[in-house]
Amino acid sequence: MSPKEIYMDNNATTPIHPEVKKVMIETMDVFGNPSSLHASGRQARQLVEEAREEVASFIGASPEEIMFAGSGSEANNTVLSAVTCQRKQCAYHQEGVNEIITSTIEHPCVLEASKCLQERGVNVLYLGVDEYGKVSLEQLRDLLTERTGLVSVMMANNEIGTVQDIKGIAEIVHERGAVFHTDAVQAVGKIPVNVRELDVDFLTLSGHKMYGPKGIGALYVKKGAPFCPLIRGGHQERGRRAGTENTLGIIGLGKAIEMRSQEMKSDEKHLLELKAALKKGIEENIPDVLFVGHPIDCLPNTLNVSFEGAEGEAIILYLDLEGIAVSTGSACASGSLDPSHVILAIGLPAECAHGSIRISLGRENTMEEIAYMIDVFPRVIGKIRDMSTVYKRRLQ
Amino acid sequence: MTQASWAYTDTVKEHFMNPRNILMDEDGYKEDGKGVTGNVKCGDEMIVVIKVDKEKGIIADCKWKTFGCASAIASTSVLSEMVKGMKLDDAYNLSAKDINRELGGLPDHKVHCSVLGDKALRMAINDYYVRNGMEDKIKKEEERVVCKCMNVTDQEIEHAVLEGARTFYELQEMTKVGTGCGECEQEVTQLLEAYKTKHFCEV
Repeated sequence: MSPKEIYMDNNATTPIHPEVKKVMIETMDVFGNPSSLHASGRQARQLVEEAREEVASFIGASPEEIMFAGSGSEANNTVLSAVTCQRKQCAYHQEGVNEIITSTIEHPCVLEASKCLQERGVNVLYLGVDEYGKVSLEQLRDLLTERTGLVSVMMANNEIGTVQDIKGIAEIVHERGAVFHTDAVQAVGKIPVNVRELDVDFLTLSGHKMYGPKGIGALYVKKGAPFCPLIRGGHQERGRRAGTENTLGIIGLGKAIEMRSQEMKSDEKHLLELKAALKKGIEENIPDVLFVGHPIDCLPNTLNVSFEGAEGEAIILYLDLEGIAVSTGSACASGSLDPSHVILAIGLPAECAHGSIRISLGRENTMEEIAYMIDVFPRVIGKIRDMSTVYKRRLQ
Repeated sequence: MTQASWAYTDTVKEHFMNPRNILMDEDGYKEDGKGVTGNVKCGDEMIVVIKVDKEKGIIADCKWKTFGCASAIASTSVLSEMVKGMKLDDAYNLSAKDINRELGGLPDHKVHCSVLGDKALRMAINDYYVRNGMEDKIKKEEERVVCKCMNVTDQEIEHAVLEGARTFYELQEMTKVGTGCGECEQEVTQLLEAYKTKHFCEV
């Protein structure tokens, strides 16, 4: 079998669900401004609010706790930027609260926003991770002080799939009286997420990581949590985010979430089977590989594997020529000199870090595709290792 | 819908798919000169070996190996074909730009990956001179400090240009050059233009 394209990069983005596509096409003509009082506006408002209820109920929140945003990155930036708010009523601006804590393996939108806060006088502390990508709760306890305003730790990592103990982290953060945000962009839609059970104050999710449209994300804002808008100048989203609502995107996100609530459980089983078969196939057919990430607390769709002596960009381009789409943490693919900050943070040796490949499966992948992958992979890795300066030397 | 185009030229793709002159038998190959450059920690490493026709002073054979990306593979594959039958002096003077022209151009941010091959080749040629008592022929690539305040050399500036610096400001950000007294600005700007011309094809 040589299929045209096998897409296994679902942590980057997902193909749109057919039901989502259908609903978005059907509502393409709904142009009314949800803020308008007339019939056209009311129709749009109704659809937006239905989607909000869908999102809220999926994560165990109330509809008024859901704020739509233009992306997961925007939602994350909103939470972090609030830390420097100077208004008296902002809980962050209490006397002496000028510290935030985040982890070394966050998405760049959190890391860069944190760096920016640092330049504005906020003290930023970083939680390290172990070899599986887990943050240490002990270290969190040590770092937390009465100066800590906000802690932001991602729920599931986009590159290695490691899932953190969010409930445990939230508990420790709240003991110290700080506020807790989790970037759950990779988690929501893949694993069960309930904001009440986890007891988080903020939670970010994104549409295009769960078979919804791009350009739409949402932020859960716990009732009473300190908030300061990033985008001002309108009453939309309860004044939390100005700008006429992305009606079509919101409707698409609502439908995507509705489909996740129906399909997530069966998809999870399917994905775990595919992943197990792929892992076994790689282990049995390719020597000197290293699987990266937590063996148990890991997203069901994510497999990160490093091939010694083979450079990552070369691997993904050979696979691309064979019709397989995956991604890499290699420096050469990003245009910078350093391999992925996540792979470095877990302490992988550089020659492995440059050869790490992320395979992120999706609901449309099949066992036949896995079989094709297992057929292609050893040839590609063998070819690269044949011309590698590193591999043979290691064998000697 | 139209098929999205491959980010590299057909020549790059072809050499990437079918790399020429790979050094398969590293121990059995009786080379006359060998060059090793790059660093696995930085994500790339290159070995180039040559056999020399001593009477004619030309490269009789050239083989290579790499831990590197598609650009490094394709550019060194092309290089290994270009230098066969070439005079040692001419081969030594080949630049990344010559290789890129042969490849039909690389995306700008990949050019720095393609300089490994010709660097290793120059080292292999120098190695040949050393092995044959011809040290006088060795061309040294000496580093020169351009910015005395921040101790930045011309090679560091060249490296930064390959990494994407296109303006004096970007060079300052990447190397801190000229952020002290600023006296070297004119010279740095001249070097910047020279390295841009040396490594990148005219648009």
